[in-house]
Amino acid sequence: MSLDLFFQYLFAGITYGSIYAIVAIGFNIIYNATGIINFAQGEFVMLGGMISISLLQFMPLPLAIAGAVVITMGIGALIEILFIRWLESPSVLRLIIITIGISILLRELALHVWGESIRSLPYFYGNEITTFSLGSVHLSPQVMWVITACAVMVGGLNVFFKGTPIGREMRACAANRTAAMLCGINTRNMVTLSFMLSAGIGALAGCVMSPITYTQYDSGASLAIKGFTVAILGGLGNSMAAVAAGILLGILEAFSVSVVPLAFQDAISIAILLLILFVKPHGLFGSSEAARLKDF
Amino acid sequence: MKRRKNLAIAALCLAAVCVHLLTLLTGTQFYLTQATMAAYYGLVIIGLGALMGYAGQISIGHAGFFAIGGYLAASLTTRNLAVFQETWPLRGLDALNMLKTGQDLSGDLLLTVSPWAACGIAVTTAALIALVIGIPVLKLKGHYLAMATLGFGTIIYRILLASPYFGEADGISEVPGFTLLPAMGTLGPIVVSGDAGLRVVNYYLAWGVLIVGTLLLLNLIGSRVGRALRSLHSSEEAAEAAGIDTSRFKLQVFVLSAVYAAIAGVLLTHFNGGIGPSEASVMKSVRYVALVAVGGMTNLWGTLLMGVGLTFLSLRGVFGTYDDAVFGMILIFVMLFAPEGILSLRLKLFFQKIFLGARS
Repeated sequence: MSLDLFFQYLFAGITYGSIYAIVAIGFNIIYNATGIINFAQGEFVMLGGMISISLLQFMPLPLAIAGAVVITMGIGALIEILFIRWLESPSVLRLIIITIGISILLRELALHVWGESIRSLPYFYGNEITTFSLGSVHLSPQVMWVITACAVMVGGLNVFFKGTPIGREMRACAANRTAAMLCGINTRNMVTLSFMLSAGIGALAGCVMSPITYTQYDSGASLAIKGFTVAILGGLGNSMAAVAAGILLGILEAFSVSVVPLAFQDAISIAILLLILFVKPHGLFGSSEAARLKDF
Repeated sequence: MKRRKNLAIAALCLAAVCVHLLTLLTGTQFYLTQATMAAYYGLVIIGLGALMGYAGQISIGHAGFFAIGGYLAASLTTRNLAVFQETWPLRGLDALNMLKTGQDLSGDLLLTVSPWAACGIAVTTAALIALVIGIPVLKLKGHYLAMATLGFGTIIYRILLASPYFGEADGISEVPGFTLLPAMGTLGPIVVSGDAGLRVVNYYLAWGVLIVGTLLLLNLIGSRVGRALRSLHSSEEAAEAAGIDTSRFKLQVFVLSAVYAAIAGVLLTHFNGGIGPSEASVMKSVRYVALVAVGGMTNLWGTLLMGVGLTFLSLRGVFGTYDDAVFGMILIFVMLFAPEGILSLRLKLFFQKIFLGARS
């Protein structure tokens, strides 16, 4: 493999990896607030892409993306209020099945609204064949958009969780729900907020990746599996580790294309997931001490 | 208890006969085709019901086991093995009289595995895979178990979709019938196939298999093993403390439910004359989970009735293009309002609660 090709694969890996990382952070936000794995996380990404494509007919691109993010956040909040908020200490099995049901409903809804056709947003800058060179590597400007957007989201979330009062309240709620409640934090609202937040970043990721990966009604499911793989790889609940794990998985996947047929690419990331689950369920960066206290 | 069980089984047999007579009287025998298919799907569902309800382990990968059974049976009975004629596995099969020779369209030798042998290989393979997968997977709990089984199902789906041997996106068609018993005297042969003349035979065969499967599971649940399983569902720690080898029991039920799914896959593939990759899709697995949930996890009869009933309606196309959406809705609403299953609802109490709740 020539050095140029190596860097080409590397950048492809980082691009996909940062998308996986965003999906994984979406999982983590909800998991931290509620202990639920939201199986509908991939559908938020799909909705973000689809809604922005529809809105683009009426407004310029930046507004369409902003609109899609806001609408998807609304959908996230609605889902939490309708299906999860009022349950009294539900079992894990029950929550898994409910979020799986929600993901099916969202997918079928998308199928009936947008049909089976594959859509995409236009490239934010230039078009499919616009490239710029980084040394000897040729990249599409959209790759930079994806990486920048993901970096901004991660940075923004960091500031939000550490610097703002609401962010701190959400972290308190994640650390100990009862204690947070006793301190006067409305934990139920925090859970709704976590659904909104994770729907919002999912939708934004869906928008920036749409020109490269295209959007279809059922594109959420495989993203969800990969996002979950990354979340586990980094240690569930640990968002910074998810970024590292996401880029690692993206790069592994990109290089695997040179070894195995493309059709098996999904199977590879799932095989990694299974392997990690069996060998090190607390993740590459998680501590096994803390994991023993959690419910695997 | 035992008497009640026998009565219920007898009622089920009677119901199967009544459905047949009803279609005879109304001239709607075409319903029997879907009733046959629903019975085979029912077999998958009760197997999964035993795993989810009694052992308390979720599996979102059971369509994978169904597909392993179906695809292996289909490929072994249709793909020509003539080039491998001299290799030792085929010689072995030949010595056991388990090969079938014929001629393909151009008159060359067509060598395939006989359905009985193919069925045996398919079910054994599914059981072995369940065993190998089950040992690490069943150590996981909750979300992790759900995702791991989902991952297993997806891998099977991807492999089927990417392998030319399994027909890629087209699947395998023109699967021959499965002659269970050759014609004896005045009795016709018993063949699992979609031939219109054999519709009634196949209907009774499918329901026979389903009823036997139910009976076996009921006996299992009523036995010492069953009590151990139920203790697993309520509290694994307590079960372990009481000296129950929980991991062994979980594994046994997992393998058993995989075998049920594989048998259903083999028989349904012969009945339909083919199988496609959609049978292995995640949506199918989710549907099985939905049907188990609707019937009530720890209620085998509920699972059986709801599973067969809803599958029949779905196969008849009652839900139209909203088929998957309907199952999604069912999943959510059952889990929200009746986590113990539809049949567990005390409707009167339920409405009382709503109205009283609204007043207070």
